[in-house]
Amino acid sequence: MAQEQVKEVKIGPGRHGGRGMPRPRIKDPGRVLSRLFAFLFQSYALQMVVVALCIIVSVFANIQGTLFTRTLIDSYITPMMDASRSGAAVDYGPLARAIARVAGFYAIGVAAACVQAITMVYVSQGTLKRLRQMLFAHMERLPVRYFDTHAHGDIMSIYTNDIDTLRQMISQSVPQLLNSAITIVSVLVSMIFLNVPLTILTILMVVVMLLSSAAATKASGRNFIAQQKNLGAVNGYIEEMISGQKVVKVFCHEDENVERFDELNEALYQSAFKAQTFSGFLGPINAQLGNVSYVLCALAGGAIALTSDMTAGTAAAFFLVLVQLFGRLSVGSLASFLTFNKNFSMPINQVSMQFNSIIMALAGADRVFSLMDETPETDDGYVSLVNVDERDGELVESEKRTGRWGWKHYHKADDTTTYVPQEGDITFLGVDFGYTDEKMVLHDIRLHAKPGEKIALVGSTGAGKTTITNLINRFYDIQDGKIRYDNININKIKKADLRLSFGMVLQDTHLFTGTVRENIRYGKLDATDEEVVAAAKLANADGFIRRLPQGYDTELHGDGANLSQGQRQLLAIARAAIADPPALILDEATSSIDTRTEKIVQDGMDKLMKGRTTFVIAHRLSTIRNSDCILVMDQGRIIESGTHEELLAMKGRYYQLYTGNRPETEERKN
Amino acid sequence: MIRTLAKQIGEFKWIAIISPLFMIGEVIFEMIIPVLMGQIVDRGIYGRDLSFIGTTGLKMVIVALCGLCCGMLGAYTRAKASAGLGRNLRKAMFDNVQTFSFANIDRFSTSGLITRMTTDVTNIQNAFQMLLAMAVRAPGSMIVAMCMSFYLSARLAGIYLVAVIFLAIVLFIITKTTTKYFKQVFEKYDALNESVQENVTAIRVVKSYVREEHEISKFDRAAENICRMFISAEKRVVTIAPLMSATVYTCILLISWIGAHMIIGVGGGSTLTTGELMSLLTYCMNILMSLMMVSIIFVMLTMSEASARRIVEVIEEKSTIGNPADPVMEVADGSIVFDHVMFSYREGSGEPVLKDICLSIRPGESIGIIGGTGSAKSSLVNLISRLYDVTDGRVLVGGVDVRDYDMEVLRNQVAVVLQKNVLFSGTIYENLRWGDPDATDEECRRACRLACADEFIEKLPEQYDTRIEQGGSNVSGGQKQRLCIARALLKKPKILILDDSTSAVDTATDEKIRRAFAEEIPETTRLIIAQRVASVENCDRIIVMEDGQVCGFGTHSELLENNTIYREVYESQTGGDRDFDEKG
Repeated sequence: MAQEQVKEVKIGPGRHGGRGMPRPRIKDPGRVLSRLFAFLFQSYALQMVVVALCIIVSVFANIQGTLFTRTLIDSYITPMMDASRSGAAVDYGPLARAIARVAGFYAIGVAAACVQAITMVYVSQGTLKRLRQMLFAHMERLPVRYFDTHAHGDIMSIYTNDIDTLRQMISQSVPQLLNSAITIVSVLVSMIFLNVPLTILTILMVVVMLLSSAAATKASGRNFIAQQKNLGAVNGYIEEMISGQKVVKVFCHEDENVERFDELNEALYQSAFKAQTFSGFLGPINAQLGNVSYVLCALAGGAIALTSDMTAGTAAAFFLVLVQLFGRLSVGSLASFLTFNKNFSMPINQVSMQFNSIIMALAGADRVFSLMDETPETDDGYVSLVNVDERDGELVESEKRTGRWGWKHYHKADDTTTYVPQEGDITFLGVDFGYTDEKMVLHDIRLHAKPGEKIALVGSTGAGKTTITNLINRFYDIQDGKIRYDNININKIKKADLRLSFGMVLQDTHLFTGTVRENIRYGKLDATDEEVVAAAKLANADGFIRRLPQGYDTELHGDGANLSQGQRQLLAIARAAIADPPALILDEATSSIDTRTEKIVQDGMDKLMKGRTTFVIAHRLSTIRNSDCILVMDQGRIIESGTHEELLAMKGRYYQLYTGNRPETEERKN
Repeated sequence: MIRTLAKQIGEFKWIAIISPLFMIGEVIFEMIIPVLMGQIVDRGIYGRDLSFIGTTGLKMVIVALCGLCCGMLGAYTRAKASAGLGRNLRKAMFDNVQTFSFANIDRFSTSGLITRMTTDVTNIQNAFQMLLAMAVRAPGSMIVAMCMSFYLSARLAGIYLVAVIFLAIVLFIITKTTTKYFKQVFEKYDALNESVQENVTAIRVVKSYVREEHEISKFDRAAENICRMFISAEKRVVTIAPLMSATVYTCILLISWIGAHMIIGVGGGSTLTTGELMSLLTYCMNILMSLMMVSIIFVMLTMSEASARRIVEVIEEKSTIGNPADPVMEVADGSIVFDHVMFSYREGSGEPVLKDICLSIRPGESIGIIGGTGSAKSSLVNLISRLYDVTDGRVLVGGVDVRDYDMEVLRNQVAVVLQKNVLFSGTIYENLRWGDPDATDEECRRACRLACADEFIEKLPEQYDTRIEQGGSNVSGGQKQRLCIARALLKKPKILILDDSTSAVDTATDEKIRRAFAEEIPETTRLIIAQRVASVENCDRIIVMEDGQVCGFGTHSELLENNTIYREVYESQTGGDRDFDEKG
């Protein structure tokens, strides 16, 4: 059955990368990147232009500032020093003007940087918001099949992991990269201005640094994999034992647990210690390589200065540029160290780190986009469900809630609209269905539910009972055959209206974060408080709700974890009751309610079912005995049908199930 | 809070203390380099002295090597200390959780405990490593650079001092306000993700009520809200970088102006060289970058504060149930007495869950317990093996108050098969031996026979050596329940409690298990909680629970006669009215 394929959703430890995180692979990173940028530009074209302009301005201002050291020494200090030595009067005027001019450049640069940074905040957060909203809206419109065929944990990880890495990329890596780019470009341009051979030497040194850290990264990678593996083992053990902590207590198994845990914990410690040590080596290696670069540049620069006409100012300015460059690299490595720790990804190396985080973000973006590329549920229906009133024997559409429903059927052929009363007559004509085309799970289903009838489906797990209900409200579309609702092919009915016409209470009750009242009101958003209470009373939920600490205003969290399964089912019934739907589908709706309470609920349910076509799936006989028709299902086929008495008289499968005179049932795995 | 965490550093204390010393060494060596560079400019380049450049260069390489050694040793000690802290924290928590009573476990949610032991520990471990690496380094390099600047020129260094103080104040204000913002944002952010999860799991509900648009607009509002909060927080953070550069620029300009005056000097008396000016400009960068690091550390520490608090909560949690001073080490027999027992889950204020329960059960009796949802059936039996302590009154097992027993002795004699039961990953044998680590294969198989688990086990390819997946996900609900019963039987307890433990077992097997109990372990007191009357009607006596009270205690026929609730339950289930057992 579809619901059973769904895996447990797990968020929690896994989310922050407790498990090993292999380097992601994407088929076409370029395409993903360009799509991401297209998405960014779509709504922020102007802002992006502003950002680009600001970047250019700050680079320009930066270059001016850097080159100023040379000007300062060569054009002012040295001549003025000479002048001062020769006893002439020193005029500080030109220097003051030069400083004022540079101050102007700096001011423009800072202003530009400010504008750029703040604009980027708006752009990145706005983009993320839009991405989230689009993703969610798209997800809501996907067919149930998507949710049945994708592990919920995987879908969740798109929101938690992938959007998160995107968030980090857009709001951290990109600005950081921009910042580094600004520095590197301006440093490079300044260096070229100052001295070409030294620039080449510096670039060579940077390449050596990158290569050496790449090598060290690779060496520590092995240890990181071991660390991740051990971390996974420890986390897994914690998860398993803490989940079963009560059982551990009952069996006094604490000491054994501690022993085993110590082993795992020790292994994790050893590998973590090694991995961290190796990655910790990277920082000092890089820093000292930077220092060695100074020395080499100093030597080379000295040689050049001696043999050519390089001035002291140029040399000094060049050293300062170097400091700026390597200083930036080491701060960069610090910043990446931070993100690295957060992400658990590869060791410290600024460039490869940022590259890595971008690759990871792109992989995330790829998954985000692939969800957005999923085909949403299509709806070709045009017949809608409306409130109707009878006037002069004719059905007319009504604005008010009349308690009577009708199908508004527009006929294209002759441009007329007819109204058919909603009665709840449902027919299956030779329906075949399979979740995949290869494997059919329902074969030639024929059934006819007359208006107001209660139809029960019985049979063992996997017989296809839930599948039938999935078809009636078109969670899935059938492969062959026809389903007609009040003699209208359900494919012609708008999905929203079709579904609204059924109240569904499912075995796995799901509630939403919010108050009890809000949860009941989910069935009818504009319901008054009185209606909420009335629905709760009908479902016999009023009593326990009043006993909750804040009554109807009690907040529910985590799918109503603070309620018992039975109480949650009662709430789900109340939620269905308030919607006041013309027809009902009850899939094991009372399975977790004890028989006595169920009997009381049953009265409410009977009231609810009165006059409505109802499909009931239950394994409790009391729930189905008074059905108008009981369908016994086996392996996707209806093998018997009739009323309780008829089926008993038949002495077939139903009789066997009922009397318990049956061969030992084979075990089935849930 | 800090003290509790610091205690966990334990045997790594010395290494944690030494580690920053290496960092200081690295910083000092790094700070020597700008001085040497200034000398290269002054004497090497101005003086056109290549051999001086060579010797100074050599000095620089040596200094760099020393720095490298310090740096690597620092990295080594840091890794050892932080990984050690992580290990100790995990151990301290895990060990303490093992002493938790049920009430303690209820207080922390399972997923909460898991997060604390995994993610939170990792956060703290990283923060600690960061702290060791940067807490000394950043202020250290700032101080050393400052000292060097003062050494070169006190007048110019004064500018730095002012700039640093100014920036420090601004940074402090910005980080302080933004961390508060960020905390709020991340809380909201988690809530947003939770609502996504709800939508994913409850998609059928959303779709069947056609609430897609409703959910989308709800989500849109939340996303909009989060976006606004993020923007207002980040807007403040991103101004830090331009602010820093503005300060650097101001310093550079001021130093250039004043420095120029000093170099040229009044009347030829120069008080500064060009090379020194350059060294000063280098220190300027150093100082401000260190300041930036300090602010990052500050943010990181405030961020990990929440993790630290959560960890400390677990470490400091005291078990609500402990062994008595002079425990009774033997359980005489399987008799149970409830003597005016009152019980509530919350101490003091809580509504009593059990009200004035008085019961007396003889050794070897079989007792059925039946009652509606929430009638406190489970709470009643949980008191027997002292999973919770009574609020008032006493529970006697074998004539002794359960609070006087050694807990392990008591729990080994009172075996409970919990309603929410779990199997652990491992073979079936391994799982069974939770009940008795020394049980022979033969004993294990006998327990399975009693619990009617032998049939399906023997059909498995590897029989008793079949691996059970975590949480028992590869066996069906009924099979799991039977394995859990077998596991409890291996304890050879004097009292056996089955808390709705056969709900997923079909009626025929259920009956077979009960018959096996009656025949094979008649001397064991059995308490059976069940939904089905059929599961308890053959018991010696049946307790009917209603709303935390015992409203009937007698044999099946007695209760049918004089207990309305029991009769109602019975009637609602009989008339041949049984379940379609399909769960197997």
